[in-house]
Amino acid sequence: MKFMMFVCTDTAPDTDPTELPDIHKWVAENDSRGRRLTGNVLAPTSAATMVRVRDGELLVSEGPFAETTEVIVGFDLLDCADLDEAIEVARTHPMAREGRLELRPYADLSA
Amino acid sequence: MSRTDTTTGAPDSVGAAAAAQAVAAAGADAYPRIVATLIRLTGDWALAEDCAQEALAVALERWPGDGVPGNPGGWLLTVARNRAIDVLRRTAVERRKLHELAVLAPDDAWPETPAGRDVVDDRLRLIFTCCHPALAIEARVALTLRTVCGVPTADIARLLLVSESTMTRRLTRARTRIAQAGIPYRVPSGPALAERLPGVLAVLYLLFTRGYAVDGEPAFADEAVRLARLLEVLMPEQSEVAALLALLLFQHSRRDARRDAAGDLLTLERQDRARWDHAAIAEGQAALARVRDDGPYAWQARIAACHATAPSADDTDWPTIARAYDALADIRASPVVALNRAVAHGYAYGPYAGLGVLDAAQAGGGLDGNPLAVAVRADLVARQGDRPRAAALFREAAAAVDSAAERSALLDRADELIP
Repeated sequence: MKFMMFVCTDTAPDTDPTELPDIHKWVAENDSRGRRLTGNVLAPTSAATMVRVRDGELLVSEGPFAETTEVIVGFDLLDCADLDEAIEVARTHPMAREGRLELRPYADLSA
Repeated sequence: MSRTDTTTGAPDSVGAAAAAQAVAAAGADAYPRIVATLIRLTGDWALAEDCAQEALAVALERWPGDGVPGNPGGWLLTVARNRAIDVLRRTAVERRKLHELAVLAPDDAWPETPAGRDVVDDRLRLIFTCCHPALAIEARVALTLRTVCGVPTADIARLLLVSESTMTRRLTRARTRIAQAGIPYRVPSGPALAERLPGVLAVLYLLFTRGYAVDGEPAFADEAVRLARLLEVLMPEQSEVAALLALLLFQHSRRDARRDAAGDLLTLERQDRARWDHAAIAEGQAALARVRDDGPYAWQARIAACHATAPSADDTDWPTIARAYDALADIRASPVVALNRAVAHGYAYGPYAGLGVLDAAQAGGGLDGNPLAVAVRADLVARQGDRPRAAALFREAAAAVDSAAERSALLDRADELIP
C-alpha cells in the first residue's frame, strides 16, 4: 500500500530536549527495508511556481505564499503493508517531533 | 457467550413477536462473528456488515412461519455468506474470495464452543480495528457497538442521542475510512500493543458507563464486562486489562441494588448490600489480585474494591479510598476525579477537610454548572450541621440534573433535612 507522506512544519513543535533522530539513518533504514521508495526536501515556497490553464490561456505566477506558518517542506513516498506500518515509519522521522507528518494513501481507483 | 437456546427440537411456526425475540437473541451473539468471518474472507467491512444485516432481516421474515432453526447462528451465517457470494459475483471481483466463501461450511465454522481460538482472535481483531486511533472517538464507540457487539444501528443512535440516519452515515464513513486509510484488520504486536491498549480500554469503559448510566441500556454494560473478560483471557500480561475488568465487575455487582421497589435510585450507603452480586465481587477481587501496575484503572479498581467489600457504609475504609484518589489525581487529573476526591476526604477526615478539597477543585472552573458538585457540597454542609443550607443545595442540584431518578433521590435528601 503506497502512502505519500507530506513532511510539514507545525506551529507547536515538540519541547522534549532529547536528541532528534538522525534523518540519514532514517532514510538508510527505510530504503533498505523497501518501505521508502523516494523522497526529498523541497525548496522554500519562495521558489514555488503556480501553473493554471483557464479558457485555453496559460497562467503562470509566483507562490502560493499564503499560510506560511504550516507548509510542506518535503515528502517521502512509502510502500507499507498498512497504516500501522506507515505510522511506525513516520513516528521515527525527526519531523514527527519538529513538525508533523501527513500520511495520504494512494486512492483506490479500482473501487 | 451464547445467549441463544438451541435445544428445541423440530422447528414449529412461532409468533412474530417470539420470532423477533429469537432473531434479536441470535443476532446479538451471531452478528459480530458473522461480520468477523466475512471480513476475514473478503476484507470488505461494508459488504460483511450489509450481508450480516440482511441475514437478520431474512430471519425476521422467515422464522415466524418456518420456526426458529436448531442452529440459529449457523443459519444466519449461511444466509449472510450466500448473500456475499451473490454480491461478489455481480461485481466480479477476485475469484479467490469467492472460493473461500464457497468452501466455508457454516456448520464447521460455527463450533459448539464459541470460545474457540479462531472466534476469540476474530473478535479481538474487530475490537482493535474498531478502536484504532486513526478513527474519531465517536466513530470508535459507534463502530464497536455495531460491529463487535452487534447492537442495531437504531439503538446506538438512541443511546448516543443522534438520529438513525446520522448514525448510519457515521458508521458508513467509519467503514469507508478503515478501507481507504489502510487501517489493518489485525491486533498490534510488540510495543504498539501497549500503546494501543489504553484506547481500547477507554472505549470499553465508555461503553460500560453508557450502559450502566441510570437511564442507560443494561445490555451494553453486560457487553462491556464480557469484552473485558475476553480481553483479559487474551492479554493476561496486560495489568490494566485485569484492572478494568475488576473495576467493571465491582460497579456491575450493584446493578440490582441501585433502585428501591418504586424504582427510585439509591445511593451507595442506602443500598441493601445483600442484593449486591457477590459472585461478581469475588470475580472482581480475583481480577484485582492479578493487577501488578499502578495505572489509572488499577487505582479506580482498588477504590471500587474498598466499597464492594465494606460490610456496611459506616465500615468503609475511607482513608484508603482518599489516598487512592490522591494517587489517581496525580496521574489522571479530571473534574470527576477531583469531585470524588473531595467526597473521599470528607468521609475520611471530616466535612471541613472535604469542603477544602472541593473548594480547590472548583477553583479551576472545570466543575462550573455541574449538579453533582452541588450535591457533594450539600452533603458536606449537611454533615457540618447546617440543615437549611444543605436542603437548599440539594434542591438546587435536583433542578439541574437530567435524570428523573437522580432528581427524585436528591429531593428526598432535601425533604429529610427539612421535613
